[in-house]
Amino acid sequence: MGALLELTSKGIYCPPADLYLDPWRPVERAVITHAHSDHARWGMKQYIATPITVDLMHKRLGKNIQTQRISYKETFFHNGVQFSLHPAGHVPGSAQIRVEYKGEVWVFTGDFKIEPDAVSDPFESVPCHSMITECTFGLPIYRWPKSSTILHSIAQWHEQNKAQNLTTVLVGYSLGKAQRLLAGLSALGIPLRVHSTIADLNESIPTLRPYTSFIREWTKDTPNEVFKNDILIVPPAAADRTTLEKRLGPVKIGYCSGWMQLRGYKNRTTNIDKGFVLSDHADWNGLLQAIKQSGAQNIYTTHGYSSTFAQWLSENGWKAQPLQTEFISAETDVMVDE
Amino acid sequence: MKTLVHLLQTLEETSATHQKKEAIVLYLSSVNEIERLHTIALFCQRTPKRPVKIALFKQWIAEYLALPLWLIEECHHTVGDLSETISLLVSSETTEITTSLPDILQHLYELPGKPLEEIKSTIIYYWTHLDSYSCFVFNKLLSGNFRVGVSQNLIAQAIAVYTQQDVGKIHSALMGNWSPITHTWSELFHFTDHKVGSQPYPFYLAYPLEDTTLVTNNTDDWSAEYKWDGIRLQMVHRGQQTYLWSRGEELITDRFPEIVAAFQALPDGIVLDGELVVWDEQRTCSFPYLQKRIQRKNVTEKILTSYPAYVMVYDILEYQTKDCRSLPYVERRAILNTLLSSYPQERILLSKAYSFSNMESLNQLQLDAVQAGAEGLMIKRNQSEYQYGRKRGDWWKWKKEPFTVDAVLIYAMQGSGRRAGWYTDYTFAVWNGDQLVPFAKAYSGLSDSEIKELDAWIKKNTLEKFGPVRSVPAHHVFEIAFEGIALSSRHKSGIAVRFPRILRWRKDKPLNEANTLDDLNAMLSNGLS
Repeated sequence: MGALLELTSKGIYCPPADLYLDPWRPVERAVITHAHSDHARWGMKQYIATPITVDLMHKRLGKNIQTQRISYKETFFHNGVQFSLHPAGHVPGSAQIRVEYKGEVWVFTGDFKIEPDAVSDPFESVPCHSMITECTFGLPIYRWPKSSTILHSIAQWHEQNKAQNLTTVLVGYSLGKAQRLLAGLSALGIPLRVHSTIADLNESIPTLRPYTSFIREWTKDTPNEVFKNDILIVPPAAADRTTLEKRLGPVKIGYCSGWMQLRGYKNRTTNIDKGFVLSDHADWNGLLQAIKQSGAQNIYTTHGYSSTFAQWLSENGWKAQPLQTEFISAETDVMVDE
Repeated sequence: MKTLVHLLQTLEETSATHQKKEAIVLYLSSVNEIERLHTIALFCQRTPKRPVKIALFKQWIAEYLALPLWLIEECHHTVGDLSETISLLVSSETTEITTSLPDILQHLYELPGKPLEEIKSTIIYYWTHLDSYSCFVFNKLLSGNFRVGVSQNLIAQAIAVYTQQDVGKIHSALMGNWSPITHTWSELFHFTDHKVGSQPYPFYLAYPLEDTTLVTNNTDDWSAEYKWDGIRLQMVHRGQQTYLWSRGEELITDRFPEIVAAFQALPDGIVLDGELVVWDEQRTCSFPYLQKRIQRKNVTEKILTSYPAYVMVYDILEYQTKDCRSLPYVERRAILNTLLSSYPQERILLSKAYSFSNMESLNQLQLDAVQAGAEGLMIKRNQSEYQYGRKRGDWWKWKKEPFTVDAVLIYAMQGSGRRAGWYTDYTFAVWNGDQLVPFAKAYSGLSDSEIKELDAWIKKNTLEKFGPVRSVPAHHVFEIAFEGIALSSRHKSGIAVRFPRILRWRKDKPLNEANTLDDLNAMLSNGLS
């Protein structure tokens, strides 16, 4: 990597500013793209992030962490290096980090999604010379259907389940996926119940407020009768069929993730009835669109199919190389924190 | 096509067998007779011939998408299934084709022999005008490996409900020579009492015996036979003609002329069930010899003498042109005895039935069987009818314990289907001095969590990549079980084992305590095979 950003054992480092981007070991100062646990980790002396991400980090990492709130497109400086955060469209509060020094511009995308949704600020292309991009779904087999199509098929499936007196449960990550489902499904007039971990995060997400009349928390006092019409949304950790059926009677479980695109992944996700292809990441075309629009010539790839994607970019006119980051363990066993 | 695609999706999403059956019955009653038969044919794995080599599909896709071939290969490795890979790469958002299933299949049947350019443009047209799931199904039809995860038994039951016929008759009808091109629905499922021509009966299959007290508690009710290590064979001898059917419902008459010749001396109107075996020089049953024999389509004099085939007959299903499957086992055996002793033939031998009085004598029979080159025993209830399909209760198979060795993992390859993206196909080696020589490949036996753990380790510790295969440092020891062992010039170790599988992950075992090639050779020379 160049001099402005470099890869160290603690994470992506900016030497002239002496700070890290999404580091995975404790450091003095960290700029954080979003609040998912593989990007916002424990132990940093200071966290710099968007206001929503800061609120979410306080929920996940504790009240006592030291934070600095930076709004989208607001610039801030460290040792003469200029930083700004730009919407990444991944989850509420998620940002790309733009770094400029002596006329050279780098962008670290963090995780991003091109297709807009109702709860996250939509992705904005940021012109740059060098780009560190995720490529969780960096193979041409990943082509997302429109999310409106998916939401309608969820609604249709829910109708079938109701007709058979079965309760519909949807599984999605508590930050991002859950809120997209909540906004998208309440717009279709479906009453929703959420698991407490999701309800807790919802408080920090202002874009969800227009939908609150449709969303109720699922508590231990919630009578089962209400579930005739409601969809229950739970995080993967709470998706155990036996536990759910003990309280709700027979259920149908749907799993929402980009990985559901592959039959093999879907079939080995045990105990689910249906997979819905709904991802918070860019697909192949989305990744290419982001790279082309940025005008960047130097591309560094992280997450997932990084070496394959970098090789393809190299063969097609970019200077590209994979980075061994620790955002996720290894290629394709990624079914963590989308 | 839409109705079939809908059925397949329903089948995939339901796990309860009765719901699957209902879905099939509903489907049968909602399509016309031609589509009905085509679909049944697909479910019974009677698919059109593949019009071109699969490798061409990848080239076409690469060309069409202007992507390099290596990237298509990479996608294929990740997905693990080419039909699915193609559907993910090029299918359209919605299906824009209304062609019916029979028309599509007709189209496919006519493709072989057409100019390559025409085949290519036809196939690409379908690929790009079907939605993802339909495209996946189309590719399964196209590549000739259509699998629906529904047993033939369930198909037969569904047809039985739909046609209001006896399920046994449906089973019989589904066997033998038919295709949706040569037969119509009513020809196939219009029954007469007499079997005609080559038509075989459905095979009766046994379950493994787990609890021996089931048979030792009342030993008078049971008989034991050797479980020969060959291939199951049904011999139909009607109208001066002999037809040999394999368990896969394949006619293999031409491959065993000596058996067919022997039947010429037998009376007409009989159907026998038995095991086809090949004897080695010591006149014991040898599976490696059988494999050498069965691969040959062109049976030369030399093959006939080097690998002589015999049938060990243990049941009779038709006698004097009459179906005798409902007679008790002992009565059928009596008929069989009389028949074979009246018409003795060197190549058609009676597989003896033995009585036993307790566990001890059963164990002795087991040892005798293994000595004779058999795999173990079949234990059959004396009053049992000849049923069809795999049923519990009357017929059991009881096999000897497998051989086991501790071996070292040295290569891994990505799996397919639900193992896609995971390294699940392993190559194991044993020590030869300080070298590790590969001797077996295995992919079954680990739990999902063990697979995940091993997969993560493989990805972190890869030494080299050769296409989909990775080499890893010698580190992990596994206990490998297998059924037989034989010399082989095709393997580096000089040894080939049968049905290798993983018994357990020996994390407790140091690397240097894995078995050696000498150990394997000792098993071989001890005549354990």
